[in-house]
Amino acid sequence: MRLYVEGIGLLGPGLEGWPASRAVLAAEAAYIATPTNLRASDMLPAAERRRAGVPIKLALAVGQEAFQLAGRDTRTAATVFTSSGGDNDNVHAINSILATAPREVSPTRFHNSVHNAAAGYWCIAADSHEPSTSLCAYDASFAAGLLESATQVTVDEATVALIAYDHSYPEPLHTVRPITASFGAALILTPRQGERSLAAIEVDFVSGKAQETTMQDAGLEALRRGVPAARCLPLLSALARGKPVQISIACFDDNHLKVRVLPC
Amino acid sequence: MQPLAITHLALANSLGLGATATIDALQSRRSGLIPCAFEDVDLETYIGKMGVLDSCRVRSDLSAYDCRNNRLAQLCLEQDGFIDGVEKIKVKYGKARIGVFLGTSTSGILQTELAYRHLDSQTGALPEDFHYAETQNSYSLAGFVTHFLGLTGPSFVVSSACSSSAKVFANAARMMAAGVCDAAVVGGVDSLCLSTLYGFNSLGLVSRFPCRPYDADRDGISVGEGAGFVLLERATAANEMLLLGVGESSDAYHMSTPHPEGLGAKLAMQRALDAAGLKASDVDYINLHGTATKSNDASEGKAVADVFGDRVPCSSTKGWTGHLLGAAGITEAAISMLAIEHGFVPGSVNTQRLDPALSINYRIENGSGKIDHVLSNSFGFGGSNCSLVLGRPV
Repeated sequence: MRLYVEGIGLLGPGLEGWPASRAVLAAEAAYIATPTNLRASDMLPAAERRRAGVPIKLALAVGQEAFQLAGRDTRTAATVFTSSGGDNDNVHAINSILATAPREVSPTRFHNSVHNAAAGYWCIAADSHEPSTSLCAYDASFAAGLLESATQVTVDEATVALIAYDHSYPEPLHTVRPITASFGAALILTPRQGERSLAAIEVDFVSGKAQETTMQDAGLEALRRGVPAARCLPLLSALARGKPVQISIACFDDNHLKVRVLPC
Repeated sequence: MQPLAITHLALANSLGLGATATIDALQSRRSGLIPCAFEDVDLETYIGKMGVLDSCRVRSDLSAYDCRNNRLAQLCLEQDGFIDGVEKIKVKYGKARIGVFLGTSTSGILQTELAYRHLDSQTGALPEDFHYAETQNSYSLAGFVTHFLGLTGPSFVVSSACSSSAKVFANAARMMAAGVCDAAVVGGVDSLCLSTLYGFNSLGLVSRFPCRPYDADRDGISVGEGAGFVLLERATAANEMLLLGVGESSDAYHMSTPHPEGLGAKLAMQRALDAAGLKASDVDYINLHGTATKSNDASEGKAVADVFGDRVPCSSTKGWTGHLLGAAGITEAAISMLAIEHGFVPGSVNTQRLDPALSINYRIENGSGKIDHVLSNSFGFGGSNCSLVLGRPV
């Protein structure tokens, strides 16, 4: 499946937006893992902004950046959200509330607990009535999101914003599901090459296990392994280098995605 | 879109195990809703509960996946000859060429809710036997089903609240059109948990009575649990039951309230008709989302009236099953297929006096007639909408 990357958004530890991270991802500058600079998006109305947890901040920040880079109206793209968890702070809070009387889960906590909360806030902020989905495939969540986006672009000829994000659980869940940082990334993917296309990517779903493409820098490799959404880093690195390259992203033990990056 | 054949179907919910139990309950107007008696929940409401889940266990080689949601998944897969159907297509296409795309809203979160009552008093740690990946994580359901059925194709979970297991039909259709797989197991499972019961209650959306869809006095949902699976394959001339179209949209309005004029619902229904190449007048029955909240039924009713007028018979079957949340889409798609197969128009149990503000052809009593094409609606929190068109070849 061939698609075109028109915009990129990125926010993670030491990765403050795509332009500022490009040299680091191309191995032209040193990676320094400072904490993720989370901020509430100015896309949201004030009431929604107050209710936004970490995933919503991540998703809106990277989504907005990718659309701006693409010079594209946020109303004009379908969205594919993907995350291993959802709002992990909120899940912890609800479980704590339900374990003790009185079980007073607030309405906001409840509606923010759905896996598609980030998608719901995005669509309100972006004023988008286009189809939107919210996926989970544990450690393969980014691969699932890329695969789903590729089929939407090629089969439906849709322009798709793929938005991946994950963040840490508080204890006691952190011990059983250690996610090491807050990280989000977004790609605007189109069916045809345009003036703003940065690269073509060819995505193939391949049966069987393959050697995953890793990051050269030890800090970035730790991030890739530590956050499911950061499994996109080898793809972003390939886009940053601006040279033709083929990478492999695992889909569990059974399968992988083969992705060829061809700069425009 | 290219129509796809629906070659097998399995159902399990509070009406019973297997598709026959569901159609029998619909035809005899026996609701599955009972006064709430689940764990130590202290809410005055009705639920669609499957008592059998308290005692069954998942297959022993998959014991790490044991939780209410995966027990329900297994129990459903064991109905209606579904496993035999999967074995046949494994021979036909190979296990790596069959995708698994499933919807759930809460997965195995009940396991976590219960585990939080037994945290280590010294360290605050979760119990040793808590398995996060296999129970709480949303992917748990697809992980369990792929292992249970021995499939190795592409798999993921869609978790878009109450539209989840309708949207998976679109995922499977695209994957097959793109050549990523040749067939797919599609469906959804959601099971009772405290998060949804107390959560919906906090929003004032839980009725004290068995839910009354489209009633003038409707006052909220009844939460239920259930599961459904279908096998999708590329259609041939021999196929009788087809997925004809899927339409998806977003409200862009509010996290937990639908657009008051049904804007997103209208878009989803129109896109589904367009994908199927059908006109509104080609539809013989609409299975409504019909949750029995004030806002859903008002919004959906307006949208249906705008797209279909007041001609097409329609009803919500949630008075029978309760709201199955992430399993609502697949369950109501299955009911739609049973309606086509049996020439049966479900009415609406519990509904006494229709909301006079809604000018649609809402059916309280059951009916019969030739049904070729059905539209089924599923709408979720976050303004996530999906409509399916199912039926005989156009």
